[in-house]
Amino acid sequence: MTVITDALCPFCGCVCDDLTIYVENNKITNIKNACKLGASKIMGHHRIEAPMMRADKKSGFKEVSYEEAINEAAQILFKSKRPLMYGWASALCEVHKKGILLAEEVGAIIDNTATVCHAPSTLAVHEKGLPTATLGQIKNRSDIIVFWGSNPVHAHPRHMGRYSVFAKGFFQEKGRKGRKVIVVDVRKTETAAMADEFVQVQQGSDYLVISALRAILSGHADVVLGSVGGVPKEQLVKLVDTLKAAKFGSIFFGMGLTQSISRYKNIDNAISLITELNAFTKYVISPMRGHYNVTGFGQVCSWETGFATAVDFARGAPYYNPGETAANDVLMRKETDAAMIIAGDAGAHFPADSVRHLARIPVVQIDPYWNPTTEVSNVVIPVAICGVEVEGTAYRMDGVSLRMRKMVEPTLPTDVEVLERITERVRELRGE
Amino acid sequence: MELLIKNAAVFDPVNGINGDKTDISIKDAKIVSKVSSKATVIDAGGKLVMAGGVDAHSHIAGAKVNVGRMMRPEDSRSGISPRTKITRPCTGYTVPNVYAMGYRYAQMGYTTVFEAAQAIMKARHTHEELEEIPIIDKGALTLFGSNWPTMDFVREKNMDKLAAYVAWGLLASRGFGVKCVNPGGGEMWGFGKNVTGIDDVVPGFDVTPKEIIVSLMKVNEMLCLPHSVHLHCNNLGNPGNYKTTLASMELANQVKASKDRQVMHVTHLLFNSWGGTNWGDFESKADVIANCLNNSDNITGDMGQMIFGSATTMTADGPKQYANAKLLHAKWSNGDVELEDASGVVPIYYVKQISVHAIMWAIGLELALLTKDPYKMLLTTDHPNGGPFVNYSEVIALLMSNKKRQEEIKTVHEAVHAKTKLPGLDRELDFNEIAIMTRAGTARVLGLLDTKGHLGVGADADISIYDIKPDQIDPSIEHAKIKSAFSSAAYTIKGGNIVVKEGQVTATPLGRTYWVDAKVPRQNHDEMMKDIVRKFKNYYSIQLANYMVQDEYVSHPQVIKAGAIPVEVN
Repeated sequence: MTVITDALCPFCGCVCDDLTIYVENNKITNIKNACKLGASKIMGHHRIEAPMMRADKKSGFKEVSYEEAINEAAQILFKSKRPLMYGWASALCEVHKKGILLAEEVGAIIDNTATVCHAPSTLAVHEKGLPTATLGQIKNRSDIIVFWGSNPVHAHPRHMGRYSVFAKGFFQEKGRKGRKVIVVDVRKTETAAMADEFVQVQQGSDYLVISALRAILSGHADVVLGSVGGVPKEQLVKLVDTLKAAKFGSIFFGMGLTQSISRYKNIDNAISLITELNAFTKYVISPMRGHYNVTGFGQVCSWETGFATAVDFARGAPYYNPGETAANDVLMRKETDAAMIIAGDAGAHFPADSVRHLARIPVVQIDPYWNPTTEVSNVVIPVAICGVEVEGTAYRMDGVSLRMRKMVEPTLPTDVEVLERITERVRELRGE
Repeated sequence: MELLIKNAAVFDPVNGINGDKTDISIKDAKIVSKVSSKATVIDAGGKLVMAGGVDAHSHIAGAKVNVGRMMRPEDSRSGISPRTKITRPCTGYTVPNVYAMGYRYAQMGYTTVFEAAQAIMKARHTHEELEEIPIIDKGALTLFGSNWPTMDFVREKNMDKLAAYVAWGLLASRGFGVKCVNPGGGEMWGFGKNVTGIDDVVPGFDVTPKEIIVSLMKVNEMLCLPHSVHLHCNNLGNPGNYKTTLASMELANQVKASKDRQVMHVTHLLFNSWGGTNWGDFESKADVIANCLNNSDNITGDMGQMIFGSATTMTADGPKQYANAKLLHAKWSNGDVELEDASGVVPIYYVKQISVHAIMWAIGLELALLTKDPYKMLLTTDHPNGGPFVNYSEVIALLMSNKKRQEEIKTVHEAVHAKTKLPGLDRELDFNEIAIMTRAGTARVLGLLDTKGHLGVGADADISIYDIKPDQIDPSIEHAKIKSAFSSAAYTIKGGNIVVKEGQVTATPLGRTYWVDAKVPRQNHDEMMKDIVRKFKNYYSIQLANYMVQDEYVSHPQVIKAGAIPVEVN
């Protein structure tokens, strides 16, 4: 039996790096320290066992060789006039690099899962920047922690224990007892149930509530109505006093802010609130990123293309204009004539109109797992699981780069190998 | 592969060649005394030839740079060019993508560039980007000035443990040297505060910036590192800060150099040579700082020249960046790194008619013109803080031509007359002095003079040929030609490969990454690691086992051995 210590979890943006993995005969037999979500992913389920193809979306899949599947994938990209390459969040940075190169060569639009998650946060960062910190800074210092539109109990189970609410740090020796925890949400979540204060906001009113807090903070409580977004003015005034009294305050925000009404403007407003709070005391704000390496795609895409996501290579040079060049923009406009979906599940998470268009066009799926995207695919290429069977780089939600370990030997090709072979085949088709 | 450059008008200060017509022989990646008749011949035709440019301070890779890209799509949208058969697409002006970083440096004739700051915890990211910057050799300086272990060992006055920590930190980050940014201030920014000078006590750690600077210099010399401590002074960007800068420079007297180089490099002095008490009575104190350099033999500096137009300020000086954002009403990114340092990114636009900006522009030039020995004042723009590196040719032209300076002075705010000495400075630097500020001097300051910054036998075959004939040009008058030539090399040769021809990239070999492997006695290392293990157990948010940059991130390493005592340490 092999024991791997300090292993990293390829599930959520927390990328916990203290797992112990027990391996026997190239099978993982036990996992320590992981949460249920992480353990479930690492133990594996619903694997696709062999490459598959089908002539049209109505017929059943037939198993084919990797060579046939890769050739067909290359043909689809080669013939396409407006290819979309989407996903990437559950793959390593090494995969992203190969993907961006392929996107350049076929003139594709490349976009990642942030488009239905934290891409609005990126738009807000364009306007306001992002005053943030690594998670250890928060663990060591933060005496006020706010979760706004995020529910770590369910989505990031170890966040509160390792980095925030319960974690003990240098200036926060008492852990939970030394901290005040505030949850702002539309309903009383499990996270809210553990908080010192719960601020219940009417659905779609986050922007109003943040604006009211900013008004009060800047000494204009007089213009704030008796109740804003369902929150009594009295509570808001008290909340501002609480926020100002912090030595180091942190706000973590999730899709409750990014994907509700006002979307990126919510984040823009929240970042402004944080910037203004810094006139009184130290504050930072951090997105609760979902997939373990969705942050990594934004990093790689930024340093390679200058833009974090939704990059259109149709002109040979990167062009970025979300609203025009994001995955759902080109799907909803029925502009895309072929798609490659890799390490992300458009079938499960995209709006119905986008998925309907995917059902009309040739789709190549590259993924270890069977998921709703498989149902709209023509070519399915199973790969090894990044972070379990393949080592490489991932970026934690706070932008800390980490090297994921290999726990067991892969039995299938890696994403990198498959993308390299598709790229080679595309070059052959173009006579290069 | 052999290459022979004929009829070169060579400026090679290290070897005393001052414009003489010389042939340069290259075999494989090195300069040799002669080559066979099979060598490929480049006829330089009397054109200006220098060693490949070396940049000792530029922000080219890592977390801060990428934050700049993410928050500034408007910057990425400038300078866009599509992929070609040879090159990947390029984007950006102040924060170019990784490909543009390499191509544009090479196009200017630069072949070696050092990233000026990386936190150990984020070094993996720095190296991920460095790995993708084509052509140039590179390395990164590692931040030590606000690290908790640094401050603990300074408080304990335990230089053995501090030396062991620095050695281990360089290994962990695959770093090249010791960077110290606003020492102590990074820690205080953890609670939104800052130090006001080198004698403030850092709460919770009971040390002063002065003690941190002196201790880091001491262990830097104990370890015989190639480069000296690289200091970003406290109080940067505040009117009146020249006093803090002078007080910091004075500390260099307390330490003796272990090698033939400075013990302190004070960086981007443009931002630290400020008089006055506020933005109203703001004035240049470049003359005082230059005078201090002239009278010292163990301190060097670099300009950090400002370029009018768009810039992106990025620094580990977190509190400065918050102040900048407030002052400019600009967007603000902050990036505290647990136990190590702070950082911030703020865009800025330098305007000729804003008095403070005009004075800053003049300060950089004053520093270069008033510092007598060009080995003590390197040419930088603190890219992209003062402005993007692609403007080096503008700086060179300004330094070589008083006429150009006077023409420029007419276009900027009149405050440059009353608040700086620039209008009265008629010194014009020559090609030899430019070669020192951009090649020989930078290589010497970095401790790389054996292979970089000159064209002697044994040096790396990094060479730039510029499209001007030094004996047929008067740089003072023909400054436009000077600027044009230095912005776009006729040839750039990197490691014996022709990588640029007539300003166009012709090949994109991957350069090497320099890092320093400094040895310390095993006992000191083991003692130091006890503290480190405790810090990881209690305070870091990642495991010690996942902290250090792995070999995979440095695919073409150039390891420089250092260390007082040659003892192996794992």
